[in-house]
Amino acid sequence: MTGRLARFLCVGIPVAFLGLFFIYPVVSILGFGLSGGGLEHLVGLPGSATFRGVAWFTLWQAAVSTVLTVVVALPGAHLVARRRFAGRRLLRALATVPFVLPTVVVGGAFLAVFDRLGMSDGSFRLTHTVWAVLIAHVFFNLAVVLRTVGSYWEGLDPGPEEQARVLGASPAQTFVMVTLPRLRPAVAAAASIVFLFCLTSFGVVLLLGGPGIATIETEIWRHSVWRGDFGAATALALVQLVAVLAVVGVGNGLQRRRAVGLRTVVARAPVAGWWELAANLGLLGLVMGLPVAVLVERSFLSGGGYSLDNYRALAVRVDLLPLTALEALVNSFVFALAATAMAVTVGGLASLVVVHGQRALSRVFDLGLMLPLGASAVTIGFGMLIALDQPPLDLRSSRWLVPVAHALIGVPFVMRTLVPTLRSIDWRLREAAAVLGASPGVVRRRIDFPIAARALVVGAGFAFAVSLGEFGATSFLPRQPDRLTAPLALFRLLGTPGQQLRGQAMALAVVLMVITGFSVLAIETRRGSAGADL
Amino acid sequence: MRFLHQTTTPAALFVLAAVFVGACGAGNGSSTVPISATTGVQAISGQTVTLVTHDSFWVSEGTLREFTAESGVEVEVQRLGDTGQLVASAILTSGDPLGDVLYGVDNTFLQRALDADLFTPYESPALTGVPASLILDPGHRVTPIDFGDVCVNYWIDAFDDDLPEPSGLADLVDPAYSGMLAVQNPETSSPGMAFLLATIAEYGDGWEEYWSALRHNDVSVTTGWEDAYYGEFIAGGGDRPIVVSYASSPPAEVIYADPPVDSPPTAVLTDTCFRQVEFAGILAGTENRAASEALVDFLLSPTFQEDIPLNMFVFPALEAATLPDEFVDFVKLPDNPHVLDPAMIEANRNDWTERWTDLVLR
Repeated sequence: MTGRLARFLCVGIPVAFLGLFFIYPVVSILGFGLSGGGLEHLVGLPGSATFRGVAWFTLWQAAVSTVLTVVVALPGAHLVARRRFAGRRLLRALATVPFVLPTVVVGGAFLAVFDRLGMSDGSFRLTHTVWAVLIAHVFFNLAVVLRTVGSYWEGLDPGPEEQARVLGASPAQTFVMVTLPRLRPAVAAAASIVFLFCLTSFGVVLLLGGPGIATIETEIWRHSVWRGDFGAATALALVQLVAVLAVVGVGNGLQRRRAVGLRTVVARAPVAGWWELAANLGLLGLVMGLPVAVLVERSFLSGGGYSLDNYRALAVRVDLLPLTALEALVNSFVFALAATAMAVTVGGLASLVVVHGQRALSRVFDLGLMLPLGASAVTIGFGMLIALDQPPLDLRSSRWLVPVAHALIGVPFVMRTLVPTLRSIDWRLREAAAVLGASPGVVRRRIDFPIAARALVVGAGFAFAVSLGEFGATSFLPRQPDRLTAPLALFRLLGTPGQQLRGQAMALAVVLMVITGFSVLAIETRRGSAGADL
Repeated sequence: MRFLHQTTTPAALFVLAAVFVGACGAGNGSSTVPISATTGVQAISGQTVTLVTHDSFWVSEGTLREFTAESGVEVEVQRLGDTGQLVASAILTSGDPLGDVLYGVDNTFLQRALDADLFTPYESPALTGVPASLILDPGHRVTPIDFGDVCVNYWIDAFDDDLPEPSGLADLVDPAYSGMLAVQNPETSSPGMAFLLATIAEYGDGWEEYWSALRHNDVSVTTGWEDAYYGEFIAGGGDRPIVVSYASSPPAEVIYADPPVDSPPTAVLTDTCFRQVEFAGILAGTENRAASEALVDFLLSPTFQEDIPLNMFVFPALEAATLPDEFVDFVKLPDNPHVLDPAMIEANRNDWTERWTDLVLR
């Protein structure tokens, strides 16, 4: 009886969550748009040279961004997974920091870096080019690959690699022929998330790409918000969703692999060589360190010199804002906790269904819960506004709507870290436990849970960071003034002239980064204890 | 709860209004006086009105409480996105509006909102204190609450006797000012749109030629205000001394200066300004008509109007409203700002921006 109830909840909770907060709103808004001229637009799209250009650019920039991110992040993933060094946990936590940075801040920082490197004009110009977009995408998404692949890699049995080396394979051969294939589920999982993020990237494209560059995402926004043409926006939103479905379908196919032998006890990794550390940190420093350094420097710049004034100002309310920046941070923190709790619950249950459920159900879950990550913030925001307006779902002015929207984007992160790990739990381990007399419940508690917990905290860290930094969907939802979030406050501070406001915005961005770093670190300390349980 | 609310409120209103009218004696020819004046405070006291507005809306802590103290009406503020997002959301939810009063639609989006029948007419008695030039809807479906001018700003120290600051739009295409101007894309930025409208108001059909000349003179185009002002303009460390911003930017440069300054480092070219007017309107479908009217009246009261400048950096619509010192000392408002009919803007904006994109970006 309890088993049936548990199964019902495992399926029911994710279905209810996705159905009410994503599918129903999105179907509502798409239906509205299609009946309002969207169908004609949809039919006309293939014939439009502008659309073909935009669609092609959207796809290739996302693909190239993803490949670049994976290539840049893999050495780092190896470092955190297979090497021991002081500050390893810190590095892993720090990598999530870019995730919370509002694009308006990062855009400004990148432009400043390009300027200082002399690349804002001339023959090596990066400003307002597609290169700037690609670099910023690597900056934002590095953590996804580093952490998702890193955590998986850490649990991989190093035996096959050692055997390959003993048999005379070079390190490069070993990596390409042994390690890479074994990493495939995790790399595919991370890459599909990065791809979706880049496919729907908004601020980076507009700010760093400049006014000459457009993607499907920016076009949806332009048509709906600026031109008031919901029909054209709907046609584009449909195309976007279909593209996302295709990408996720292929990505999920690549991840479906079993029994590569994840273990619960991680062997003591060798100490990292200094050159390996230096090369990795140098690469990460170049991509992630420079823009962050610019931000930090600016946050201390005040009154013509360096001081803590901008940080002190965070506790004082400026006339433009309903709250102090610190209070806005507290709001964001609370929203992020709620969003993470929802994302972990929904994503955790859905992952169990994906791994242990019936085949058809498993595929549908695996696909469906990824979709919110690839849907436009415009689609989700407007959809919620027109769908969730009747009791008992009159949630438009509810304080829960913002965390719910954030959780929608957090669930895919939880699932993409958890599913490959659950799939790879060594069946021999479970069989051995069963032979020794452990009941299925005990197997789940003593074998599955400790291994899954390791992946779950990685996913939870992402869900938390995503919520802390979320701007797009939040801005579409009605909020009372005292529910101001930190990214919205930051945007407002940067929207009025005056160095004082700008300095405060930079300090707020830095505090946001520090909070994220520490929160992820705190979440990850649980990871160690869970692993040591066995 | 909802059911109760829907049925009892109009009934209670009716009874109270009847009592009130009976007590004062009917038929004194006051049929044009707004409902809020005839029903009195008792009728609406205890109600809550929802004010839907954009994310830039904010007034001092006590201001809305004063309204509650006077009228007994509670105000719930719901903020949402920027002006474009706000108007689009209001249109999408017009069947079941997000609130009772919407504040924040401007003259560049006004016609779109009117075409969607978002508002129900209300002529506030307080409009007598507002200049006629701000009252853009003769049917009073919307009420002007504030205005702000989008103007070309320049960095004062970048100009001297050898090269004086430009005097107006015409100078900006002069080769002497080549590579100095930063503007925003009108398809992604509200000040960018306003500046395009200023050039159309000034040059009529000649605006395309003007923009070709601006492009030839190396104008820099950014996506939004932030990257123009902080990225390209000298104020943020850029190298361009001329930027499209607001008439209220110079006082902000003093109020939020760091280190403190006595006068702004920037100034405004008053001949380049386009006037943006922001309106409030009672959303069609409201169940709190009388309380909504009272709120619109309050938005035009000196209490609210005088609180606008330092919180939102725009100007009060009420002529008699006292301005803060910084706005008196450091703002030069144009005598004749550029204006365009909202209906003309809505009918042409998509064509204009497409032409503009071809001319300036392609």
